[in-house]
Amino acid sequence: MNATIYSLSAIVAVAAVTFLLGYVGSRKANTTPDFLVARRAIPATRNAAAISGEYLSAASFLGVAGLVLKDGVDALWYPVGFTAGYLALLLFVAAPLRRSGAYTLPDFAEARLGSVNVRHFSTFFVVCIGVLYLVPQLQSAGLTLTTITGLPAWFGGLIVTAIVVVNVLGGGMRAITLVQAFQYWGKLFAIAAPTFVLFVVFLASPDRGTQPLSDDGVVRFPQAEKITVAEQVVKVRVDEPLRLKVSGRIDGRNADGSVYWSRGVYELSPGTTLEFTAGSPVPVVEGSPTTNRDWSRPQTGGISELIRTYSLIFATFLGTMGLPHVLVRFYTNPDGKAARRTALHVLYLLGLFYIFPTVLGVLSKLYLPQLLVNGNTDAAVLMLPETMLPNLGGQIVGAIVAAGAFAAFLSTSSGLVVSVAGVVSTDIMPGKVRDFRWATVFTGLVAIGLALLLPRSDASLTVAMSFALAASTFCPLLVLGIWWRGLTWVGAVCGLVVGGGLVITAQVVSVVSSYTGRWAPAFITQPALITVPVAFIIMIVVSKATRRRVPADVSQILLRLHAPDPLGFIQDRSIARFGTAEEKARLADDKRRGAGRTR
Amino acid sequence: MSRHDAGKPEPPAREAWLGEQGSRPRRRRVVLADSTKKSGKALRTIIELEEQTSVGEKLVRDLIRQQLKSAFGLAFAVLIGMCLLPITFYLVPSIGELKILGIPIPWLVLGLAPFPILYGVGWIFRRQAERHERDFVNMVDR
Repeated sequence: MNATIYSLSAIVAVAAVTFLLGYVGSRKANTTPDFLVARRAIPATRNAAAISGEYLSAASFLGVAGLVLKDGVDALWYPVGFTAGYLALLLFVAAPLRRSGAYTLPDFAEARLGSVNVRHFSTFFVVCIGVLYLVPQLQSAGLTLTTITGLPAWFGGLIVTAIVVVNVLGGGMRAITLVQAFQYWGKLFAIAAPTFVLFVVFLASPDRGTQPLSDDGVVRFPQAEKITVAEQVVKVRVDEPLRLKVSGRIDGRNADGSVYWSRGVYELSPGTTLEFTAGSPVPVVEGSPTTNRDWSRPQTGGISELIRTYSLIFATFLGTMGLPHVLVRFYTNPDGKAARRTALHVLYLLGLFYIFPTVLGVLSKLYLPQLLVNGNTDAAVLMLPETMLPNLGGQIVGAIVAAGAFAAFLSTSSGLVVSVAGVVSTDIMPGKVRDFRWATVFTGLVAIGLALLLPRSDASLTVAMSFALAASTFCPLLVLGIWWRGLTWVGAVCGLVVGGGLVITAQVVSVVSSYTGRWAPAFITQPALITVPVAFIIMIVVSKATRRRVPADVSQILLRLHAPDPLGFIQDRSIARFGTAEEKARLADDKRRGAGRTR
Repeated sequence: MSRHDAGKPEPPAREAWLGEQGSRPRRRRVVLADSTKKSGKALRTIIELEEQTSVGEKLVRDLIRQQLKSAFGLAFAVLIGMCLLPITFYLVPSIGELKILGIPIPWLVLGLAPFPILYGVGWIFRRQAERHERDFVNMVDR
């Protein structure tokens, strides 16, 4: 009970600081450029902290440790890929994208290709990716609050949505910059401090009845355990026969009392309760390694595991540069050079963070094997402190972790809501501040609605799907648009539609398969390995076939994207469209004098 | 929407963004006060860049090629490095048995090593890209 109070107060504190910083940030926000790109005046290091704060979502804060617990060393490809994506962004996109002067991704597409059609298609995919990314955040928020306090799952999502929407209504991009930068450091503390504490606890008493990782056999329960299967049907694999007590439905038949499970796969219906004795083997959710040996060695899952790994590398390496909520933060830099420095600084901040979830994942393998039964591994980070330290210390550490997780939901959701609202308000509505506010409310409502309707899967997996979507749509558009003169709007649209269509189809198929027993093969649950090259090839081939649609001014556009900042070619499209008369005059003035200034 | 105007931009917004060179100015007013010292030639180069004469276009093409070469080289190296790891682990499973300080090598290779390497590669690229840009500005200036 005390623990609940500590955690709740930590969460309330995070929410209060979020509101406060949002309020401070938005006091001077009143124009559309304020709401969209924070007047393009964010210094590189603060922007980098804000980007990292936004990027380290529930998938990173809770999901990575959970995947390490479940899949072992192969799960480390997630943090590696999430970080490597920024390298790709730095190499190919950061500076030219900022120099384009665009204020949203669709705006860049139109500026580069000179077609309103490509803008509309981009808008559609920005909204898709944004919502696909937002839904797992809200669902995980529900899970977190349930794990900590026992409140119903819908409540957490609703709270996060409300806080984010109110904050964004106040000042858009300007409001959330400070919030996100603060939340990066908050999250780093909230994962680093518990990791140190728990690691010391582990070193002080290494065994405490847990199964050592050097034991290569099947995973076993350190103590007697009673587990209830949550909302979804779970399939578990048993590798060594065991005896246990059940009450509920197994394989669709009622079961009650003591049973003997031989090797094989069992299907557990929601609400089923299982009781294990200490030392009995752990039935592991289907698809994950059942022995410590397979868990700690890389690539033990055969050829399909290998394909899945490559697909993941592709999706994360190339997908980051297509995530609209990440890109929109790069528009807030003053110039191209600052954008590049921001991306580099993000690499440093992310590397610093990702050491810790791995350690927590390994610790939870020792102390929380029961999560492997129902596959609810996202809860590992939240449950670990109190399992390892069943006293006041554990409760306080648990409260810190809970606050960090909550900060993760808030900062990521804020960024997503701003980017989706920015696109909806400028592309579907006239783009005044009032439209931005309506778009914010609308985005929040749609996201929370979907979060309540769709089945919950691991945060990292759903997020990986939105990476695949970004990698198969905006990555080719940006890379070809920035570096290749030959891209035409017809080619871009075809690539977007085919690449995005394939990924969405794969997503639908894997949702259906998750309802009907997880039968989808690896290339459907992780489609990037196929869809990304397809999207690139289609864009190139169709562009070559429609060569006369290459914009006549393509040379000037590429000059604008690549010319060093001191030459003064940057023009701000957001001021050109939404700025006040005064700002427009200044812009025109700069342009007239621009050619004369070389420094 | 006919086939032809579909590809065309909305004229006002686009021209505002592209500026004067979008409509190919015949004449350019030069403010004397801005052209101090040796910037006379610099100004001419910049106008050549903006108007994309054959010289100007050549300059920009070279800059883009340089930057792309840096970016591609580094991205390729990183991607090859990353892609070699899973197949190596798959074909040589005995790597999983090796340990340094009690930690299996794959855990170190995936959990710790990539982050400093990625930062290092990013740092190299930033330095190269900024050098290319400095060279370009100097060349325009001279």
